[in-house]
Amino acid sequence: MVFTLLPLSAVAVAGPGEGAMLYRQNCAVCHGVDGDGGVGIPLNLPDFLAVASDDYLRNTLRDGRPGRVMPAFANLSDAEVEAIIGYIRSWSGQDAPVYHDRSLHGDAQRGRRLYEKNCTACHGDRGQGGTGTGVTFSRPREAPVMAPALDNPGFQDSVSDAMLKATLLRGRKGTPMPSIAALGLQEKDADDLVAYLRTLKMESISADSKPLEPVILYESEYDLEQTLENLKQAVVGRNFRVIREQYLDQGLAAEGKEDKHRIILYFCNFAFLNDALAIDPRVGLFLPCRITLIETDHGVQVMSINPKNLSRLFNNSELDRYCEQMHDLYAEIMEDATL
Amino acid sequence: MKRFLLLALLLVSPLLAAQDLFMVRSQLPFPEAMSVLQQSIGESGFHISRVQRVDIGLTKSGYKTDKYRIVFFGDLDELHAVSDRHPDLIPSLPLKIAIFAENGETLLLASSFKHLRPFYTSPDLLQKFDQWESAIREILERVRVAE
Ligand code: HEC
Ligand code: HEC
Repeated sequence: MVFTLLPLSAVAVAGPGEGAMLYRQNCAVCHGVDGDGGVGIPLNLPDFLAVASDDYLRNTLRDGRPGRVMPAFANLSDAEVEAIIGYIRSWSGQDAPVYHDRSLHGDAQRGRRLYEKNCTACHGDRGQGGTGTGVTFSRPREAPVMAPALDNPGFQDSVSDAMLKATLLRGRKGTPMPSIAALGLQEKDADDLVAYLRTLKMESISADSKPLEPVILYESEYDLEQTLENLKQAVVGRNFRVIREQYLDQGLAAEGKEDKHRIILYFCNFAFLNDALAIDPRVGLFLPCRITLIETDHGVQVMSINPKNLSRLFNNSELDRYCEQMHDLYAEIMEDATL
Repeated sequence: MKRFLLLALLLVSPLLAAQDLFMVRSQLPFPEAMSVLQQSIGESGFHISRVQRVDIGLTKSGYKTDKYRIVFFGDLDELHAVSDRHPDLIPSLPLKIAIFAENGETLLLASSFKHLRPFYTSPDLLQKFDQWESAIREILERVRVAE
């Protein structure tokens, strides 16, 4: 019902405040209310706005950056996308640059050598980008802004050769991104670098999008009490700390009236937490680690969410890899406790 | 009136259909945002079962925040009804919202049920997922616009 009303609303009233409102609803959570960055990188830097064409912004919004947190906004209408772009533009007050879409004919071989010498440290050996997200929280303090992935199809398909070159010539003040001149390179080197950047192809991210089983489940050979004891031992044996054990409905049911057949065990450790937060500050949705015990007439079951299934919602391929380990950890603990 | 305004906001909001995660930024500092969140959860008819810290030792490890909590909430009858009929949903219950500080502001997020939908066919349950998703969006939207 709600869905059918939508097309009428936003498009018809795309006044000046519209872009600000849409930006706050869709972008501010990651890029900051004023574009300073957060989970996302900054959008308000003069050096960025001076080189980013409207086409670049438009395509970036529509395609997102697959596997790099930035979502694809397919649901926004054209008018809404334009309103957001207009709002972002208002931060610089400058007109958008316009580029030709001809290819530059640099020497990709030479560009590769220049890249390896000057860019790998930040953008990675394959252009896969820095680790973690944006500017805060998941960044170590000494690395103020994450270097974006240059091999990402969402980036490659949005950017023209001419804009790439303009970006390299200019650099980005306020971020670690240097200009070509600051690296001691010439304009011609930029052409070669652009030619090389165009050869970068992202390693396919979980291409198969078949949904993964949502739970990991084991049947226990022991009774509830013994299974719980085994679980705690297995958790501690892997250097985790049990932080809490409670009934599923505890805090909702009156005290003493809880369902004693459904028990949650929460556990965690610092290293695990730190590693996870360094990948994506949003991992709180996986935390603390949790295994649930359920006693039925047929015996005791032990289950957890499948982190690989939940991770699919985050559009973060690094997190997907981490969740594979988390999946194996859960499975090992449950296997230990139930066999 | 307040309710109506909120509904209007949600209608204009493009955050619909296939959203994977529900995320908002509140410009309130963490303690204020947290109290608005707790109130907002109540306004949607849920009870808070627990607020769990997951941030112990974070600032020591170089992060810029030590304020990271998970707020669990639900409705007792609903929790029992759903978990009796669909025990494999138990690991995803009670519902939860993560809330953490970013400088002087606060981010909140919750997952949709998109990752679970393909595994269920019961119309009642799918409708329950719809209800939960719109309740969560409503809860978060109230925090986002609170001043
Ligand atoms: C869930 C967090 C998130 C949301 C929501 C989000 N972004 Fe992003 N965005 C990112 C991240 C992270 C990057 C960097 C991607 C990379 O590393 O390749 C990015 C990159 C970008 C870029 C490229 C910047 C550059 O320097 O080239 C633009 C433009 C952008 N986002 C605009 C938007 C707009 C506009 C919205 C709202 C419609 C939005 N984003 C919503 C996280 C987000
Ligand atoms: C010291 C780290 C560092 C080095 C060295 C570096 N970059 Fe960057 N680069 C960054 C950061 C950080 C950004 C994001 C800036 C921002 O927030 O807008 C960036 C942005 C870019 C962008 C724009 C990407 C986008 O999504 O907007 C391109 C293209 C780029 N760099 C190419 C290069 C090339 C080519 C080299 C080598 C000549 C290089 N960079 C060297 C850190 C670096």
